[in-house]
Amino acid sequence: MGDLVVQSENLGKQYRIGALQRGYRTLRESLMDAAKAPGRMIRRTIRGDPPPEDQMIWALRDVCFDVRRGEVLGIIGRNGAGKSTLLKVLSRITEPTAGRVRVSGRVGSLLEVGTGFHPELTGRENIYLNGAILGMRRAEIDQRFDEIVAFSEIEKFIDTPVKHYSSGMFLRLAFAVAAHLTPEILLVDEVLAVGDERFQKKCMGKMQSVGREGRTVLFVSHNMNAIHRLCPRTILLDEGRVRADGETPEVISEYLNADRSETDCKEWLAPDQAPGDGTARLKRVRVLDRRGRAQSSFEIRDPIRIEVEFWALHSGQPFMPIILIHNDNGVCVLESAANHDPAYTGKARKKGIYRSVCHIPGNLFNEGMFHVDVLVRVLVPRRYFVRESNLLSFRVQDSGSGESVKGEFTKRWSGVVAPLLRWDTDVRPLDAAAGKPRRRKR
Amino acid sequence: MNKEETLPSAFAGPVTDILPSKGWVSLRLREVWEFRELLYFLTWRDIKVRYKQTVLGAAWAILQPLLTMVVFSLFFGQLAGIQPGGDVPYPIFSYAGLVPWTFFVYGLSQSSNSLVGNASLIKKVFFPRLVVPIASVLSGVVDFALAFLVLLGMMLAFGVTPTINILWLPLFLLLAFTTALGVGLWLSALNVEYRDIRYMVPFLTQFWMFISPVAYPSSLIENDLLRTLYGLNPMVGVLDGFRWAILGATEAPGPMVAVSAVVAAVLLVSGMFYFRRMERNFADVV
Repeated sequence: MGDLVVQSENLGKQYRIGALQRGYRTLRESLMDAAKAPGRMIRRTIRGDPPPEDQMIWALRDVCFDVRRGEVLGIIGRNGAGKSTLLKVLSRITEPTAGRVRVSGRVGSLLEVGTGFHPELTGRENIYLNGAILGMRRAEIDQRFDEIVAFSEIEKFIDTPVKHYSSGMFLRLAFAVAAHLTPEILLVDEVLAVGDERFQKKCMGKMQSVGREGRTVLFVSHNMNAIHRLCPRTILLDEGRVRADGETPEVISEYLNADRSETDCKEWLAPDQAPGDGTARLKRVRVLDRRGRAQSSFEIRDPIRIEVEFWALHSGQPFMPIILIHNDNGVCVLESAANHDPAYTGKARKKGIYRSVCHIPGNLFNEGMFHVDVLVRVLVPRRYFVRESNLLSFRVQDSGSGESVKGEFTKRWSGVVAPLLRWDTDVRPLDAAAGKPRRRKR
Repeated sequence: MNKEETLPSAFAGPVTDILPSKGWVSLRLREVWEFRELLYFLTWRDIKVRYKQTVLGAAWAILQPLLTMVVFSLFFGQLAGIQPGGDVPYPIFSYAGLVPWTFFVYGLSQSSNSLVGNASLIKKVFFPRLVVPIASVLSGVVDFALAFLVLLGMMLAFGVTPTINILWLPLFLLLAFTTALGVGLWLSALNVEYRDIRYMVPFLTQFWMFISPVAYPSSLIENDLLRTLYGLNPMVGVLDGFRWAILGATEAPGPMVAVSAVVAAVLLVSGMFYFRRMERNFADVV
């Protein structure tokens, strides 16, 4: 491992909440303040001090970490945890409020793809402009120009104004310029999510090779898969503080587990506090194991039950509970409605408390976190009584002790779902001379 | 052996220290110099896109001062009967003033809006922010050159020959540049926080034109001392100097230009310091 290249000591960044919401003050507001306290106001305007009455929040607080040359460091955390602010401070876009960071080497930051692109300029012109903005010297751009164009795959349109590009072409060109930056320390904020899947793979490959070239990379992402593949070490930020710093798998699991608290059950004691409207309100929602115990962690092969209880506050509606299950990336894995029971569906219900349970078989979800939305509605006419997101969260994992799609395999298995499917496979080559191939019976 | 102990605990190369800044800070002009290529590209971009998707294109650079000159000649030259002094025809006199004046107004309004106009850059990339307003003012030089060529053509047509004083011209252009940038720096930094500036600038430039000898000669002020004091408006030095350098009609406006130069320098330096002081908040507020 190399020398120290980044050292952050008790780094803090404070924002004015007013500044975030309103963006700027009008002169009139300041003049009103001035009328109240002329001297102070003028001093403040000239010196650029923040108005004292505004509330301040700490976007970063006491952040300490070191980075050594050649490290590829992941930075994860929820929205608003301070990840982007940290990159902004490191790249000197904004100043810290407290503490200090020392950085050794040329820093290149990639907080957004296509910063400074001008729609009226051609692809060629934008490569030069964007390159200069990102800190490349002209000679460097000249030298890499062909490489950049080849990477972007838009050779034919290089002399067309970029306003005529499709959004995909635009992003490819923008990423191509960014990917050919050669700073000693590269700060990257969630820019891999550009283009189609094939181009994304290309981008990932480029990022990996940047890491292998021995350059230092700080990489912010919500994509745990990408963090896992690119970064041996990861920092977890939470409300501006470093909550974990260590090997990536442990830090990721700490991050994911932080979401798990108390979401195997939500219960409301009285209808007037419960989510819903005047016709129906939720009473209780739970994730249950096969014995009916509320639980938030499941083996991949175990069945899962989702239970929904609700108050029908008025008679006469054919209530229909529905669940939607999303994975951690926000992909909707399934939607299921209690509409397969002819004794229930489409019949108007009386006032009272109702319960529906959805049975999800084992070996359906892949490993990961899943989040449950609950709806109570009628289908025709379309009306929603209850519509609540992320009420429940549960985890599916494969401890490797039994039949699942992964079997003995220990790494991550791809896919949103991981069902055990039937396969018929020839055991002999189809073109073997000896007559009809025989099928192995499963 | 503990692995930690084998790791070097110090930096190998030169270190940039990122700290909260307090109070007035140094200008870091060397850093601006290091980013001269970015300055070049931003100027180039502003020039390149300035007349994109217009029918008349770069003709606008000539039309604006030219048409103003026509109106001025009609109303001030003919109807009001303003005498420029010397044997200079009024159209040449007013156009010779309008060329640097247009450059100044363009530089002033572009630079005061430059930070807000480049907000996406400022929020996402680091570079010395001073580069942005400087590039805005610089991009006016091309328009200036075009309008200046027309001036030379007009002089040819009116039979006015330039004098050797024309060698001083770059100096007066520099003075106009300094004034535009000085005011532009103040206004652009203020504009980040107070968007009122955007509405104030057109009014300011109009007002400034009335108090500057664009349509009339400064010789309307007969008292020499007062005329020198008129140079406190730095554009007075620019306009009189410019006309002197090209037309050579009047005597050299030395003391007045000196006063203007001092005021312009004060505007520029104070503007830079104010700008640098406000710079720390730009990315958060813009």
